[in-house]
Amino acid sequence: MSIQIRYFASLRETMGRVDEQIVYEGITTVGEIWKTVNQGRPLPDNILCAVNLEYASADTSVRDGDEVAFFPPVTGG
Amino acid sequence: MKSPFFPRSPAVEMPVIALKEHPFDPYRELLEFQSSLGENAAKYGAQSIFIGTMRDFNEGDLVQRLWLEHYPGMTERELARIVSEAQTRWAVSETLVIHRVGEIRPADTIVLLACWSAHRGPALDATRYLIEELKHRAPFWKKETLDSRTRWVERNTPA
Repeated sequence: MSIQIRYFASLRETMGRVDEQIVYEGITTVGEIWKTVNQGRPLPDNILCAVNLEYASADTSVRDGDEVAFFPPVTGG
Repeated sequence: MKSPFFPRSPAVEMPVIALKEHPFDPYRELLEFQSSLGENAAKYGAQSIFIGTMRDFNEGDLVQRLWLEHYPGMTERELARIVSEAQTRWAVSETLVIHRVGEIRPADTIVLLACWSAHRGPALDATRYLIEELKHRAPFWKKETLDSRTRWVERNTPA
């Protein structure tokens, strides 16, 4: 299955890319997606995540065609 | 904005939520919104308004300007959710939310929040809820330009 990944703010700069697409076999989670693009390291506590524009957690399941986003704590207002 | 096909009722109105890429005058926006209420304005005994502006200092440094990044789609959705929660908890009928994105200069308005209610308590409480939840949940990120470098703001200042 194909998953679109997006990065924002300081994490986008650290990752060196705005987004990427990965192909994954089988059922997966946000945490597994993070590990796939970060040499197996677990999702840090200070990185927030979303699936299809809704806040999610490392345990949230991800399906074919989903958009997964990772970003640092928010600082608006 | 309000559609002419849905007549205004005294019940909860659709909130107005907008992201703006260019500087805006919060007082003009308030005046326009207030004018748009028409005869419904008489139903509201209280308006509570919060305006957040850019400081020219942060953590001991002079800040020349800010870049405000957001997550198109998710930011609007999260703002709508926060407004909906406020309207569920308090008897606020009209809600206005305008937030800047892009490049911001000192003294520019970053956010305008306003709630209209029959009474002051719900209006004030809902407005406080909106700004605190927005700061903790709405996907916006600030990058500051100092004299000779840039840095991402890592956390909100305490309320």
